[in-house]
Amino acid sequence: MLSELPLLSLVIWFPILGGIAVLFVGDENPARAKALALTVAILSFIISIPLFSSFDATTAAMQFQEFVPWIPMFSVNYHLGVDGFSMPLILLTAFMTVLVVIAGWEVVQYRIAQYMAAFLIMEGLMIGVFAALDAILFYVFFEAMLIPMFLIIGIWGGPRRVYATLKFFLYTFLGSVFMLIALIYLYNQSSSFEILDFHKLPLSLTEQGVIFFAFLLGFAVKVPMWPVHTWLPDAHVEAPTGGSVILAAITLKIGGYGFLRFALPITPDAAAMLDWLVITLSLIAVVYIGLVALIQQDMKKLIAYSSIAHMGFVTLGFFVVFGIYRQTGSLSGAAMGVEGGLVQMVSHGFIAGALFLCVGVLYDRVHSRQIKDYGGVVNTMPIFAAFMVLFGMANAGLPGTSGFVGEFLVILSSFKASFWIAFLAAATLILGAAYTLWLVKRVIFGEIGNSHVAELQDVNTREIIMLSLLAAAVLLIGIWPDPLTSVMHASVDNLLQHITTSKLL
Amino acid sequence: MQNIYLAVVLAPLFGAIIAGLFGRKIGRAGAHWVTIIGVAISFLLSLVVLRHHLGGADPYNESVYTWMMIEGIRLEIGFLVDNLTAVMISTVTFVSLMVHIYTIGYMHDDDGYQRFFSYIALFTFAMLMLVMANNFLQLFFGWEGVGLVSYLLIGFWYKRESAIFASLKAFLVNRVGDFGFLLGIAAVLMAFNSIDYADVFAAAPLMKDMVVQVIPGVDWSLMTLICILLFIGAMGKSAQVPLHVWLPDSMEGPTPISALIHAATMVTAGIFMVARMSPLFELSETALSVVLVIGSITALFMGFLGIIQNDIKRVVAYSTLSQLGYMTVALGVSAYSSAIFHLMTHAFFKALLFLGAGSVIIAMHHEQDIRRMGGLWKYMPITWFTFLLGTLALIGTPGFAGFYSKDSILEAVHYSHIAGAGFAYFAVMLGVFVTSLYSFRLYFIVFHGKARMDHHTKEHLHETPAVVTVPLILLAIPSVVIGAMSIEPLLVGDVFNNAIFVSAEHNVLEPFREHFHGAVSFALHGLTGLPFILVLAGFGSAFYLYMIRPDLPEMIQQKFAALYDIMIRKYLFDEIYQSVFMRGSRNLGTALWKYADAGLIDGVMVNGTARLVGWVASMARCMQTGYLYTYAFAMIIGLLILLTWFVTR
Repeated sequence: MLSELPLLSLVIWFPILGGIAVLFVGDENPARAKALALTVAILSFIISIPLFSSFDATTAAMQFQEFVPWIPMFSVNYHLGVDGFSMPLILLTAFMTVLVVIAGWEVVQYRIAQYMAAFLIMEGLMIGVFAALDAILFYVFFEAMLIPMFLIIGIWGGPRRVYATLKFFLYTFLGSVFMLIALIYLYNQSSSFEILDFHKLPLSLTEQGVIFFAFLLGFAVKVPMWPVHTWLPDAHVEAPTGGSVILAAITLKIGGYGFLRFALPITPDAAAMLDWLVITLSLIAVVYIGLVALIQQDMKKLIAYSSIAHMGFVTLGFFVVFGIYRQTGSLSGAAMGVEGGLVQMVSHGFIAGALFLCVGVLYDRVHSRQIKDYGGVVNTMPIFAAFMVLFGMANAGLPGTSGFVGEFLVILSSFKASFWIAFLAAATLILGAAYTLWLVKRVIFGEIGNSHVAELQDVNTREIIMLSLLAAAVLLIGIWPDPLTSVMHASVDNLLQHITTSKLL
Repeated sequence: MQNIYLAVVLAPLFGAIIAGLFGRKIGRAGAHWVTIIGVAISFLLSLVVLRHHLGGADPYNESVYTWMMIEGIRLEIGFLVDNLTAVMISTVTFVSLMVHIYTIGYMHDDDGYQRFFSYIALFTFAMLMLVMANNFLQLFFGWEGVGLVSYLLIGFWYKRESAIFASLKAFLVNRVGDFGFLLGIAAVLMAFNSIDYADVFAAAPLMKDMVVQVIPGVDWSLMTLICILLFIGAMGKSAQVPLHVWLPDSMEGPTPISALIHAATMVTAGIFMVARMSPLFELSETALSVVLVIGSITALFMGFLGIIQNDIKRVVAYSTLSQLGYMTVALGVSAYSSAIFHLMTHAFFKALLFLGAGSVIIAMHHEQDIRRMGGLWKYMPITWFTFLLGTLALIGTPGFAGFYSKDSILEAVHYSHIAGAGFAYFAVMLGVFVTSLYSFRLYFIVFHGKARMDHHTKEHLHETPAVVTVPLILLAIPSVVIGAMSIEPLLVGDVFNNAIFVSAEHNVLEPFREHFHGAVSFALHGLTGLPFILVLAGFGSAFYLYMIRPDLPEMIQQKFAALYDIMIRKYLFDEIYQSVFMRGSRNLGTALWKYADAGLIDGVMVNGTARLVGWVASMARCMQTGYLYTYAFAMIIGLLILLTWFVTR
């Protein structure tokens, strides 16, 4: 019975319709709006669970497919489906939205119904991005997603929110326009907007090169990769806590997902030729951005830079495949890189989300994000301090936390391609620990820094629930990642076979 | 047996979770009972395991659960229990149990009582995971786990700036080691396509002559690369020069953990790891030489620093560094059994010395400067006597535990012929004198001579309570007897044969075995050897300098002011690291941020594009004046140009 339900449509449209319903309840009755929003968020998550529990891990084929012709003239279809890449990300999205609703509960002071609605609509759109198998459908969700985020930062954001939103919007839009051109070109060649048809389409190296760059631009902005990353720190600093959480936990992942769904399988030969470029940019993210993170004075900026550095492992893991293939002539070790990148995406969702929530907890009380305004928080907020140390350690990639799994796999994998790639990537062990634990030291430990810290109240039940859920997720994946990675194997193997087979005409 | 092994590991974890999460509910007594019972169960079961394996049981090597299955490679959590593991877990759980009991007294007035018990039990869990691992993943898990707890415990008194600085420093320096270690694991995976010990060790001999090109065009032996990378990890954890800088600072933590973590167990993880990896290290003489030279430098030069320290814990800390150097030297000459033997005896007597120092610190109301002590022997007889026994064991007095293990190392170095063995022999021999000198200096200054504390402290001086002294006594017993008891099985017998592999050309313990005729005759023979003469010389110098002519050290210090300056600044390691790495990376980060990120990318490219668009638009606007005659004029000009073009082309 379950399999007959249009499950993917449900997880996309239920939160969107729920969000609209929350809008109708409106701000006159905030309690009801919040209760409705929480119900919708939790139900959306529950609806998404069968995607995991009924998922067939033995096949790389798309599952839970739905197909309805949409614009027959251009053969655009409402085509949904998931595989081992997208399914974990959909669950992550649904999970994080619940947390964001809880996080905004008492904190957002004005237009609470609209705030909650924006996140619910955002949830549906993001899931749409992950579930779309039609390029135009993907593009619509991809662009539509910008609107709620634009509003979230623009309405509930900090003092420089207008600059930040414009920067965020223009950056992303610029990248996606090139992507659209590439998609239309691919349609002209294949007379189909099916992403899976694009995968099969033979293309010359020149075509692949141009299309690859278009995708690279579109997705590198999202990830974000150096040097198109500067929108992220600004957006994070100005965004409200929930906005930062979703931005870091989900929207960055869309960039990584785009490489797997578009750039790698559609233009494998170009990707193999230009892998050095992406790998270089990834290593710049790990080392250069790691150093930049070290000296940040604003907690949110620090975590934003840390996000960029951690996302470097995602792109590194995806592109190191080609180096391994060239070096060893086999794909042994390549799956570790791709799966490491995927695990890193999920894990970073939890950890960066948790860290932004932690900063939010402090900001709600002291109204400052500056590190120097804190110090000795452990004295007044011991429970919070325990969470912060846990998430800090996870961010530093401690074994037993999810942060370790992805980095470990990617480093092991990249060693097969080149000692020096692994060497630079492993620098994160030192840099990641340095910027995270130095932050923890300055904020959490020490004598009580000032009168604000002295008056702090420890986390309340709502905050404990929110942080405990994340802590559980972080530890679970760290201690037993197999359930997560086993759903990816088939899709990853399929991708590896595909991208090491030339598509040249 | 699997259930017993699981229980050994999980009992302390259970205690740690209960004490950590429900510390407030179960109260102080609840917290110490639940963790002590957990560790006690673990200890008793370890003894069962030890008996089982020394009784000739086959090594146990099984998986507990599959952490991840990828590309057909099983990454798992599993146990390898052989005689080496059995000796390690017994030592670890025994010292841990003693430290748990001692903590009841030492941390009596501390607000973080439950938290402390939770941490040390968690430490015990992580350490057991490390030594019982049957694969590199779990090894790394335990490795970083003990690092985490060490970080938490050094910074236990989180209000002290010096403590939280030291904890951060310890974690980061260890991470430098782990950086190499993780690359080493990656190299192992690349070479063997497995990270399971059994697979790797079985395939290792086939890889002996493999080369890799880390720098294009330069062939390096694969085994040398793997071993040196792994050893970098050991250098971090076991505090070998130049990654030793964190250990003296770790003394900012409470004394019980200095005994447990920073002397007896965690810092020996690197030694254990190299011994466990003996089938790999035996294949690379280059790597062994590196190990040997690093160990020799640490053994000698860190010992020197012990002579000039005035903080009771720091003297013992430098002594630990030096002794770790001895163990590393033993590894370098392939005397792995001697290294593990010294690790074990050292665990007992060094834990004893630290806990003794802690007992002194309690009695002195948390005064740690030895210049304000003196004559304590008559106030605290148990502490005094056990400390003396610990000192005698440390310096290698024939008959005491440290004598057997240290002498076997000296012998092994003597017979070794690998590169660096000559220097190593000189270093470890001179080190014997240095050890004796700093140990007796400490002993005389603290327990004998004039009482230099203030009147108030002196009036309240008394022996510490039983929870403190009983562990001292229980540790003093093995510090005296364990060497004589276990030298025969561990070194001469074949106890480690199923765990440690030594190739024929490196078998430096073989001559030692031939000359060995029982522990007693070994000790008697030791009385006439060069090491004992050096011990006596150290004792004599210390007695002369600190008992007969206490004015002399001051004079020597002034005479060699430059040398003293370098030594008191710890050979400048800290200052160089501070200015090169800490300040350097901050400056680099600032430069990248200010000039590249904010300046070039944001300033020129992003905002520059925005300004350019604005400028072009404002220029374009000038043309749209809204006056009809301007447009008419433009049309006429345009028409003229077009006509000209058509006509003249």
